[in-house]
Amino acid sequence: MTKCKLFAAILVAATTVLTGCASRGTVETAPEDAYGAEPGEGGETTGLEAQDQFQLDPLQDPDSPLAKRIIYFDYDSDQVKADSLKTINAHGQYLANNSNHLVRLEGHADERGSREYNLALGERRAQSVRRLLQLQGVLDDQIEIISYGEELPAAPGHEEPSWTLNRRVEIVYGSGYSSSQ
Amino acid sequence: MRLKTFPQVMLTLALLIFAARAQAVLEIEITQGVEGALPIAVVPFALEPGEVRPPEDIAAIVESDLHSSGLFNPVDERRFPQRPAVAADINFQLWRNQGIETIVIGSLDAVAEGRYNVQFQLFDAIYGRQLIGYSIPTTRADLRRAAHKISDLIFEELTGKRGVFSTRVAYISTQTAGGGKERYVLQIADYDGHNPRTIFASNRPLMSPAWSPDGKRIAYVSFESERPEIYIQEIAGGRRTLAAGPTRLNSAPAWSPDGERMALTRSENGNPDIYILDLTSNTLTRLTDYSSIDTEPVWMPDGQSLVFTSDRTGRPQLYRISASGGNPERLTFYGDYNADANVSPDGQQIAMVHSEGRSFQIAVQDLDTGQVRVLTDGALDESPSFAPNGTMMMYGTTHDGRAVLAAVSEDGQVHQRLRLQEGAVREPVWGPFPEEP
Repeated sequence: MTKCKLFAAILVAATTVLTGCASRGTVETAPEDAYGAEPGEGGETTGLEAQDQFQLDPLQDPDSPLAKRIIYFDYDSDQVKADSLKTINAHGQYLANNSNHLVRLEGHADERGSREYNLALGERRAQSVRRLLQLQGVLDDQIEIISYGEELPAAPGHEEPSWTLNRRVEIVYGSGYSSSQ
Repeated sequence: MRLKTFPQVMLTLALLIFAARAQAVLEIEITQGVEGALPIAVVPFALEPGEVRPPEDIAAIVESDLHSSGLFNPVDERRFPQRPAVAADINFQLWRNQGIETIVIGSLDAVAEGRYNVQFQLFDAIYGRQLIGYSIPTTRADLRRAAHKISDLIFEELTGKRGVFSTRVAYISTQTAGGGKERYVLQIADYDGHNPRTIFASNRPLMSPAWSPDGKRIAYVSFESERPEIYIQEIAGGRRTLAAGPTRLNSAPAWSPDGERMALTRSENGNPDIYILDLTSNTLTRLTDYSSIDTEPVWMPDGQSLVFTSDRTGRPQLYRISASGGNPERLTFYGDYNADANVSPDGQQIAMVHSEGRSFQIAVQDLDTGQVRVLTDGALDESPSFAPNGTMMMYGTTHDGRAVLAAVSEDGQVHQRLRLQEGAVREPVWGPFPEEP
């Protein structure tokens, strides 16, 4: 994967052209809805090992706005900051257009203050992100919210640089839930 | 010699089935003591000639207990003018000359294989008279327990308050397991950190331990099912049950004083509110309904009302509400962050996590006068928990970048740190008095 160049033209639904590594010299074009798609009846597949078959998914594209999966918050606040709206809206549109996709919003807090209050605060943060996703047309059933409070910090320090990274909501797709363990 | 005998049953240790004895032991370090603590001499307990030295030094445990209360200042052995084994050998004048007014002597007699009779007497050297004297039958395994009982009896005789040296504390520790993964462990130990026992361990976070009033069960929040849920576990036997049905968030368990109900935080739609769970009928009643965070309920000792944290005015503050519902009354006005209340056993004081800006300390507010006293000086202090006699509280703090437990006397005079040898410890919850025989 790392040696492969990925030219992704991301439209609302994914139409992606992959250029394989030179050694393989293979070009694949994905159908519009590639998720879980079986090879067509008339087609013939050759050569590629399973792990080499690219999932044609904008979620895998490091250049997509969907690559941003963490929303940061101010101290003791559940208000989404303006600079996070672009990211949240991109996820909202993607999820609205792919209603078979599920997402889990994992709220977190920094270590300051009491643990149970922080657990509630993390949930409020996840709730704030959920409301914005719903405005984009994401269905209720597509979103699960959870809070870990201050229990699973992203950064281990006891100063503002770590706290900034720990006040967050992580957007976790599909079955890859649980950033924890 | 006047001796009272305690029933054997009192000292029978209830063995914990889940007891996985951890190697790490808390050690108490007094960081700030009080001026004018009472000097007390605890003479090493005498053994019969030829008796094998027992595994525990009773006198040293009693000294450590009394010292940890901050009210006593054990006298260095080198200042003892004599080492009497029996009352008849005490020359009170020699002790008075040293300025030592309170003396404890005792002996340890092996009565059978693994069984001992521990005797002790407490003397007032000024008047040359015995204050109390007891004989306590015990076993080799229960010697520490017997020593703590002696400390309790001395403490009560000299202060008029029941000692807490036979109580236990629950806390959460985290240890880094293989592969850098955290392991979360709910432990119960003697109040001084000895005999730590693992109650529950998980590779997902655990938090908010809460003792049942009878000390037989413990409730806690576990993320084992990915979402926070409250479990109730019997300490002896280890049987555990899920306390409230699945929802998005169940946390902050608090037993009612009669042990029949549990207040908790529950969130149905991203809005945490306080509920009361009837533990007999398993019915859940909503207590608060407000579009803000309501959490961290604690009961007042009379069971008639609860104190909780709410950010309904924008920042977390403490409120009191009747156990039957109604409008909450705001309690805290000093500081911009007051949360995680813990009520003193007499219902007069509320300990809390308090901030006036950047750092978080433990403060106590008098409920009658409204006066607030900040008791600690850490940056990230949290989780205050009163001892059952109200004289001290434990809390979580950081020291050298590590989470440790600390204790402070109710008046803020005596500070001590309880250090685990490894790992991080937090969320101490001081258990109730052991049941009387």
